[in-house]
Amino acid sequence: MTSLYERIGGAQAVDLAVENFYRKVLTDDRISHFFDGVDMDAQIAKQKGFLTMVFGGPHSYTGQNMRDGHKHLVARGLNDSHVDAVIELLGQTLAELGVADSDIAEIAAIANSVRDDVLDR
Amino acid sequence: MPQLHFNGTAIELPPGQSVLDGLLEHGHAIANSCRAGACQACLMQATEGDLPPQAQIGLKPTQASQGYFLACQCRPEKPLSVRLPDMAEHRHAAVVTELQPLSEQVMAVSVRPEGDYPYRPGQYTTLWRDDGLGRSYSLASVPGVDAELRFHVRRVPNGRFSGWVFDQLRPGQRIDLQCATGDCVYLPEYGDDDLLLVGTATGLAPLYGILREALRQGHRGAIHLLHGAYDPQGLYLRDELGDLADRHPHIHYHAAVLEAGDSDVTVAQVDGLALEQLSGLNNPVAYLCGAPDFVQGLRKRLFLAGMAMNRIHADAFLPAAANTASTS
Repeated sequence: MTSLYERIGGAQAVDLAVENFYRKVLTDDRISHFFDGVDMDAQIAKQKGFLTMVFGGPHSYTGQNMRDGHKHLVARGLNDSHVDAVIELLGQTLAELGVADSDIAEIAAIANSVRDDVLDR
Repeated sequence: MPQLHFNGTAIELPPGQSVLDGLLEHGHAIANSCRAGACQACLMQATEGDLPPQAQIGLKPTQASQGYFLACQCRPEKPLSVRLPDMAEHRHAAVVTELQPLSEQVMAVSVRPEGDYPYRPGQYTTLWRDDGLGRSYSLASVPGVDAELRFHVRRVPNGRFSGWVFDQLRPGQRIDLQCATGDCVYLPEYGDDDLLLVGTATGLAPLYGILREALRQGHRGAIHLLHGAYDPQGLYLRDELGDLADRHPHIHYHAAVLEAGDSDVTVAQVDGLALEQLSGLNNPVAYLCGAPDFVQGLRKRLFLAGMAMNRIHADAFLPAAANTASTS
């Protein structure tokens, strides 16, 4: 049986999805303000890491660096509703690329598994 | 705390402090200018220890493999031994050959390096005065077309370097150049694509180089050059660019200012004009040069309008840091 990561297209799928996903994030009024003034190149590199992880690919994310990387945003009010928005936009991006609903659900579940780390609780 | 070894002494670096700040605090004179990893004025070499990857961004692979790094971007977590590099390897001696005012605010400085000086139009380098004061400028010249290197120096209010260029520099004087760097350059694979060149003030310098390099390489797609300034006095090379557009039907030159006075220059934000142009372009490639806010803002808007990041080349002109130390 092929893994989720292989099924949706591996690193190529990450490259296809990352800019569309980032455009949605930057234009969504619920969350775009968290990205004001960030370095776009560095941010796209982080988004690639995030997508690789939620696609079930090889990644170096740990609960600790998820916590450390978002603490300054939690201090600015990052909460469950923002995580929901990110997972929703992720689902939209994947649906537009033709990823099957069952795979999108599996990816959303992986994204949900780091929710408590991201929100530092 | 990681220990930093330099010139036979050891310094305790607080976590997060850069090698540059640590050395300056302890009284070592380390040349520096932008403090943002762009100008490469603070190039140093590690002789022992591990460098954080961030410290080598933008260096040539050959430099990185020899342990060269940028002191302002280096925040080590482990002990590190460093030294100043042999500058002769990284700087080129040169002679100023001509100073030509392009406007009241902009001076074209022509420079002849001794020996080979490889560069590509649109790259930038640091010019060094003999007392160690250095500033970064983009190359407006084209190898094989222009006999000499050419830079556009804008007079910055109270600017130490630009004031010196305008008031004291004379042809025949010597100046040092860093190796050219930067990836805001023309690529032959763009031959049939439409180019969108957008710059403010002396952001025109790299664009002027890129435009003429594209012509030299026989670029076939359309080329739109948009130059923005606060008022008409901030525009320059208007006759040259108008001539180029007259002679080449695929070149389009647009100048825009915020305050036109009694001139007939278009009043518009140049980034707004760029976004208007974008929809009519075929496989666009963008080059954005000038003030950091303008460059970062337009880059984001072009990306959100659907351009891929790797087709937006950007060169933000960083101001020199306020409290620069000189080497002497």
